[in-house]
Amino acid sequence: MTPVNPPDRINDFALKIATVNGTGSASANTLLMKSIFRSGIPVMGKNYFPSNIQGLPTWYEIRVSRDGYVARSGQVDLMVCMNAETYARDIREVASGGYVLYDSSWPRPALLQRGDVTVLGAPLARMCNENFDGVRTRILMKNICYAGVLAALLDLDLTRIRELLGETYAKKPALIEANMRAIQLGYDYAKTHLPCPLPLRVAPMNETAGHLMIDGNTAAALGCVYAGATVAAWYPITPSTSLMDAFKGFADKARVDQETGRANYAFIQAEDELAAIGMVLGANWNGARSFTSTSGPGLSLMNEFLGLAYYAEIPAVIFDVQRVGPSTGMPTRTQQCDLMEAAYASHGDTKHVCLYPANPEECFYMAVQAFDLAERLQTPVIVLLDLDIGMNDWMCRPLDWDDSYQPDRGKVLGREALENIPKFHRYIDPDEDGIPYRTFPGVHPKGAYFTRGSGHTELGTYTEDAAEYQKVIDRLTRKFETAKRYVPVAIVSGPGHAHGAIVSIGSCDGAVREALDVLALRGVQLDYLRVRGFPFGEDVEKFLAEHDLIYVVEQNRDAQLKSLLTLETRVEKAKLRSLLHYSGLPVSSAFIVDGVLADLAEDHRARAGALR
Amino acid sequence: MTFIPKPKVSHPGLPRNELGLTRRDYEGALSTLCAGCGHDSITAAITEACWGISLQPELLVKLSGIGCSSKTTAYFVNGSHGFNSVHGRMPSIATGANAANRELMYIGISGDGDSLSIGLGQFAHAIRRNLNMLYIIENNGVYGLTKGQFSASADMGSKAKKGEVNRQSPIDPVLLAMNLGAGFVARSFSGDKAQLVPLIQAGLRYPGFALIDVISPCVTFNDHEGSTRSYAFTREHYSAAIAADYVPRQAQITADYAEGERIFVELHDGNQVALRKLNAEYDPTDAHAAYGHVQQRLAAGEFLTGLLHCRATEETEFHALNRTPEQPLNAVPFDKLCPKREGLSRLLARFA
Repeated sequence: MTPVNPPDRINDFALKIATVNGTGSASANTLLMKSIFRSGIPVMGKNYFPSNIQGLPTWYEIRVSRDGYVARSGQVDLMVCMNAETYARDIREVASGGYVLYDSSWPRPALLQRGDVTVLGAPLARMCNENFDGVRTRILMKNICYAGVLAALLDLDLTRIRELLGETYAKKPALIEANMRAIQLGYDYAKTHLPCPLPLRVAPMNETAGHLMIDGNTAAALGCVYAGATVAAWYPITPSTSLMDAFKGFADKARVDQETGRANYAFIQAEDELAAIGMVLGANWNGARSFTSTSGPGLSLMNEFLGLAYYAEIPAVIFDVQRVGPSTGMPTRTQQCDLMEAAYASHGDTKHVCLYPANPEECFYMAVQAFDLAERLQTPVIVLLDLDIGMNDWMCRPLDWDDSYQPDRGKVLGREALENIPKFHRYIDPDEDGIPYRTFPGVHPKGAYFTRGSGHTELGTYTEDAAEYQKVIDRLTRKFETAKRYVPVAIVSGPGHAHGAIVSIGSCDGAVREALDVLALRGVQLDYLRVRGFPFGEDVEKFLAEHDLIYVVEQNRDAQLKSLLTLETRVEKAKLRSLLHYSGLPVSSAFIVDGVLADLAEDHRARAGALR
Repeated sequence: MTFIPKPKVSHPGLPRNELGLTRRDYEGALSTLCAGCGHDSITAAITEACWGISLQPELLVKLSGIGCSSKTTAYFVNGSHGFNSVHGRMPSIATGANAANRELMYIGISGDGDSLSIGLGQFAHAIRRNLNMLYIIENNGVYGLTKGQFSASADMGSKAKKGEVNRQSPIDPVLLAMNLGAGFVARSFSGDKAQLVPLIQAGLRYPGFALIDVISPCVTFNDHEGSTRSYAFTREHYSAAIAADYVPRQAQITADYAEGERIFVELHDGNQVALRKLNAEYDPTDAHAAYGHVQQRLAAGEFLTGLLHCRATEETEFHALNRTPEQPLNAVPFDKLCPKREGLSRLLARFA
């Protein structure tokens, strides 16, 4: 573990800001994070917000990491206490040797004093009350004001802050000046009264050039635009709503004919998730690329239609931005708790192709890939994000696009092909890869067939005959085997000769990568595999076979990834050990390091005991 | 049902439509419904209607949910794509399909269970979206496939086959559709093909959501004494109020109607629906008047039939509200959909 407050904390610390939601603190926090990002320093920002419009506690964590680590470290070095309600717990969370910044307009309860942290006060409310009019303005400016204090404490560049405010309020120049005034108030106060800069501070680097600061929902939405999706149907649900909002925003910019005002997309707010997925199936069945985005409760509702899509072989793309379950759970907290649900959604024998992006960059590329896979395999593809990836801003490598890309529409018979065949049969398997040919309505009378979720023959006709039913259902198994060749391969890293390994998924990636480095410093060398698609391919099988001890790191209580690996690969169950994080906060590197070390120590004790 | 395969040969002298197709060309698979089922008569009316307007079979899309009624999409127009989806969810499939390709004609066949119980939400919202489709409810007041439970359209006091009396108030799809703003709302009876065929033809071509609620007696579970959906009861309480014809623009010059005999509903594309009042009591183009009149007659125990309400609604049609192009979305070339490499920097500017 990183020692607490080593002398040199330049570009290597975490600060957390405790505020009340609905008070404009999000703008202040984004401003802080982005000004660090614009200074060329790798930075992570995570928002822990309530399922509420206004008045409940909310936190924002910023980690500045010269080494480029993008996960939570598990430690807070500087706490900005703007919420009296959570003051006591916020102070407790600060690492020994750390700092607390609070609003000294009101007396701080002596009870909460800690001898091992430095307490810094700034009269934010008083300064704002003296300088601004209106209750609402004063509240908003108080939050901008702490950004000014932090700018002085952390040595942030004020011109960069002004530049960012200018971009944010390009259309409301009056707000630029007001905000800048609040920043300056805080900045000047700190310069005069506080020990600026602190040992934890920033110094410009050149590690973020060309990078983006973007959330996964937005990146996935952009992928949908680039993939050529034209029908977007959805029902609002946290934390997936911003994916649809972003799609509409991009599509309004890129898909509306300037002359006619006609939009090359349809955006349908459905009456519920049952209808949303139905619309997606109807549109895909009719030859348009179509998708929906949802979260756990919505995915539960979509189960019935997902079974139909699996059996009737209709492409569909579903983004599941996972949140904490079960049931309504904690809608604004993160988890990876839908892995099993997505893989086997619906009654009967069903299995679904899943993709597991780890960050916004992968969200973009995998969104495009999801449409290609869905049409190639004629089946739903579920892309599993989580709230952490979907709603937090991530530092992201530049996105690129290859203009030679053409969508893979899969096996579709057009007018000419239909003209030249004697008869079309929907569910036969001429290529012996389990994938049949399909047709779209309106193209050719010979292409007509009947789609049904009831028992059907390979010719597409209704059946209750045992052999005819089994023939189709067995071909679907073959198709799922074929899918293994199409899903993205796992990412493998590490020394390669280690007998121990970590297997993980999605947004755990950043924390795992940092944990591996820390463990290596402590003499524990582990290989690492991150699964990126389901069904698991031979690459995953091989990695599992090559390692004797495998820690499966995931963010749910029931070890769902471990369950999937146990069910769907040949791995020996006893080799897999779970490290499970499911508090609703994104997993930290410290959690993984501590978990691995504790387990190894336990192992060591057990072995020693056995020898005695 | 019968197990004799449907003969493929047809009489060479059968009349042909403008496409040179006979009625046989608009048939589908052999019905597996009970002999005498009202639904089969509706299937026959649809077949006749499609033949009559010389519909190109591949330009029709047939959609349904689950239930006896929903099976019937397999029994007409073999040359069309069909989609037998899940119970109560046909409207969402229709919405997505229609969004993808506005050029095709969409016919949805549903039942009172499929539309008024499990699918009430989707039915209502398809109307709110003014989806351009013909939606037929084959309404028999009973669940057939599960053997005789009341449906949500069963009338108060109607008696089930085993003697149970319904005490819950019914949902009337006609009143519901009018309430939700539908522009084409009709009721008919499976036994009245003369009325049904022109209604189907008008409904197929009406640019917006068209509903035809067809009373369609269930011979096995709801055709007994005491039922209000039996053939006998329906015949007795049935009252034809408005006859309707769809009049394409090109046929308007030749249509020969006596002055005052017809009301014409002008559609924005220049076509018309001609309404012929069979009684003089109300104006079917006035949504409020129509609603009141139908409700009043229903309370008096009378099934008013015909095109009970019709007005032009193109401005709120799904594609009009979504500003989609004339070209179907599924045919827009990829070049026009993908902003390309050069578009990336523009779209991502605010994330740098």
